[in-house]
Amino acid sequence: MARLRALLAFGFLLVAAAAGAVQPDEVMKDPALEARARDLSAELRCLVCQNQSIDDSDAPLARDIRLMIRARIGEGESNDAVRAFLVSRYGAFILLKPPFELSTALLWLSGPLTLALGALGVYFARRRAPAAPPPLTAEEEKRLAEVARD
Amino acid sequence: MIVEAGHFALILAFALSLAQASAPLIGARRGDRALMAVGTSAALGQFVLVALAFAALAWAHLASDFSVLNVAENSHSAAPAIYKFSGVWGNHEGSMLLWTLILAVFGAVVAGFGRALPARLRADALAVQGLISAAFLAFILLTSNPFERLSPAPFEGRDLNPILQDPGLAIHPPLLYLGYVGFSIVFSFAAAALIEGRIDAAWARFVRPFALIAWCFLTLGIAVGSYWAYYTLGWGGFWFWDPVENASLMPWLAGTAFIHSAAVMEKRDALKVWTIFLAILVFSFSLLGTFLVRSGVLTSVHAFASDPRRGVFILVILAAFIAGPLALFAWRAPMLRQGGLFAPISREGALVLNNLLLTTVCAIVFFGTLYPLALEQATGEKITVGAPFFNLTAGVLMMAIAFATPFGFSLAWKRGDLLGVAQRLTVAFAGGLVVLVGLVAFVRGGPVLAPIAAALAVFVMLGTLSEVASRAWRRGASLGVTLSRLVGLPLSFWGGGLAHFGAGLALLGLASTGFGAETIATMKAGATQTVGPYEITLDSLAGRTGPNYRETVGEMTIRKDGVVVATVEPARRLFATRQMATTQAGIVTLRFGQVYTAIGDPGDDGAVAARLYWKPLVTLIWLGAVVMALGGALSLADRRLRFGAPAPARSAAAAAARGAG
Repeated sequence: MARLRALLAFGFLLVAAAAGAVQPDEVMKDPALEARARDLSAELRCLVCQNQSIDDSDAPLARDIRLMIRARIGEGESNDAVRAFLVSRYGAFILLKPPFELSTALLWLSGPLTLALGALGVYFARRRAPAAPPPLTAEEEKRLAEVARD
Repeated sequence: MIVEAGHFALILAFALSLAQASAPLIGARRGDRALMAVGTSAALGQFVLVALAFAALAWAHLASDFSVLNVAENSHSAAPAIYKFSGVWGNHEGSMLLWTLILAVFGAVVAGFGRALPARLRADALAVQGLISAAFLAFILLTSNPFERLSPAPFEGRDLNPILQDPGLAIHPPLLYLGYVGFSIVFSFAAAALIEGRIDAAWARFVRPFALIAWCFLTLGIAVGSYWAYYTLGWGGFWFWDPVENASLMPWLAGTAFIHSAAVMEKRDALKVWTIFLAILVFSFSLLGTFLVRSGVLTSVHAFASDPRRGVFILVILAAFIAGPLALFAWRAPMLRQGGLFAPISREGALVLNNLLLTTVCAIVFFGTLYPLALEQATGEKITVGAPFFNLTAGVLMMAIAFATPFGFSLAWKRGDLLGVAQRLTVAFAGGLVVLVGLVAFVRGGPVLAPIAAALAVFVMLGTLSEVASRAWRRGASLGVTLSRLVGLPLSFWGGGLAHFGAGLALLGLASTGFGAETIATMKAGATQTVGPYEITLDSLAGRTGPNYRETVGEMTIRKDGVVVATVEPARRLFATRQMATTQAGIVTLRFGQVYTAIGDPGDDGAVAARLYWKPLVTLIWLGAVVMALGGALSLADRRLRFGAPAPARSAAAAAARGAG
């Protein structure tokens, strides 16, 4: 993907892809099956591109995988089965959402861990902070009310 | 000659930045006013010199001086003037020069307008700013010299990458850099405060305008980049969770958190240590973004290893400017006195929650972006972290933030009344619920989260409006009184309200993407296809020639129920110099939605692959961002909080009494 590399070398907030990911001749006749194929495609990485799903990529390999998915869905395979087949063939690298494993545990838990650490930090900061003054006694409340009335 | 003068000016600027980095710092320690004043003149001088260097490079580009390597590689004599000019920063060397120019601009602003600041704080801040300048000027001079000559000079340049030949290039990078680099001032002030060992509410007042300016520009820069990608790509995607995008999102998230925590510090003298930490964090993310984009580490780890000079240089800068202040922070932070008590249910408490959630989203984006690199380096295992991961993790948290936003905006400082706020938000809540039920009941299909996001967006907008109303309206008050109260509300409150409303708008636009329609078909001239509520006819296909490209244009007519509503001209452009094709989408905005059309290369039979989309409310995504930035600007315009403005005791006290947001 020379275009993409050129962009990244220049590198701002832009990813380039050509218009022409899914081609008209790829589309399946049954809209329900086609919708499944599209959903599945959006979860799979174009292996030769920089961070693009095969649904967005115009690379020939992406097209091959799109056609492969459609053929398998057409034969009645479930999404999970197609996904499992692709992972066995290309590795977990093809999944845009990595599976939860030991090696990706830190990634998946980064959110909950940060939240927990932050909550702990807030808790201890509050404990360390000077204690709030004790609430007013009934007598003080009465005096306050008198002062406020004046 | 002009080019050499530019190069020389840059070397002089480097020398000046070294003076700026050292003299004021020593002066502040010794109490030497003359030495401290060196910082001011050095910052101004440095700005002039870097501006001269930039002007020299711009001249070389505009004059198509192909004896300059940078021009020969990135420009073309036939290119339109605007792309000759924006081509200055459409490459590595030039964009780094723009980065340093903006750094110098901000330094000059502090030097020129910061007379009301405490002298030592200003001297220290300018010194830190000088240190950053020195690091990046050294980086340019040693590894990325844009003034390098080429002998013999070629007759023609290699042209700018066609994808970059777009008005987007003229606007997007400068805006983004103003945002990135604007936070350097906040960073410098944080470092200065740590050097001084004293931080108070006044500090938050000093940095507030800079943080707001930077945040506004960053918001706009990201929005422009997103819209640029949207109309360039040919299928209407606008956010891809690409590392390059994430690199700009992280400072935005941390910067948003900073603006909120600085508000607490300014009003209530609380959260000081955390705010300083955030100030360091925001600019660290800006630097990290620069490293990720500029080192080439993202494209491939191997490319980075084969020419590591630039990458390692930026990595050293990154490490020094993160580790240094963090060490300073670890040393000084325990000495900082905490102040400002508040109950958990209060405006402060809500802002702590805001910071907690925003920081968590930032952490997720950080891990998601860098984890694959780290894992491959450590174990050789290759994984991909893409949109489905981020949408699930960061998306859900962003929705939690959206839900909490109206509550935080309505709670009182110090001790809030959650029940009372919930009552005031009843209308907003009901509005959101109606949207949710309506969408679930009447719209089939689409992602599960879309109706929830839409409902939350409506909740945020109505919640913000109802808070504005409740500030102005009292039972039994006449319309005139209510209106005058509305006008009397402080600008910073209006700014906050507008920004929150904008966030709601953007969220509504994002949610609406779940309800669009798409048609992919092969079309010949005369053919008609339906997408959403529209029928689109391809009237003709024609060839055209531009200044440095040839294109195939499809004339399309859009009809609704047989009535013509618009015509569009999607095109496919071929740039001869680089043998590259780009897609020019044909887009028309109908109310807040858009019909988006794109065509591929025509086949031998005269048919093209056409992509037709109906994207309801899609423009709200970017309009929302513009409204957010406007909110920031409005808040900036608040007279009481202007940069360096002396604080009149009476009006400040009156504002505090009004409970200004």
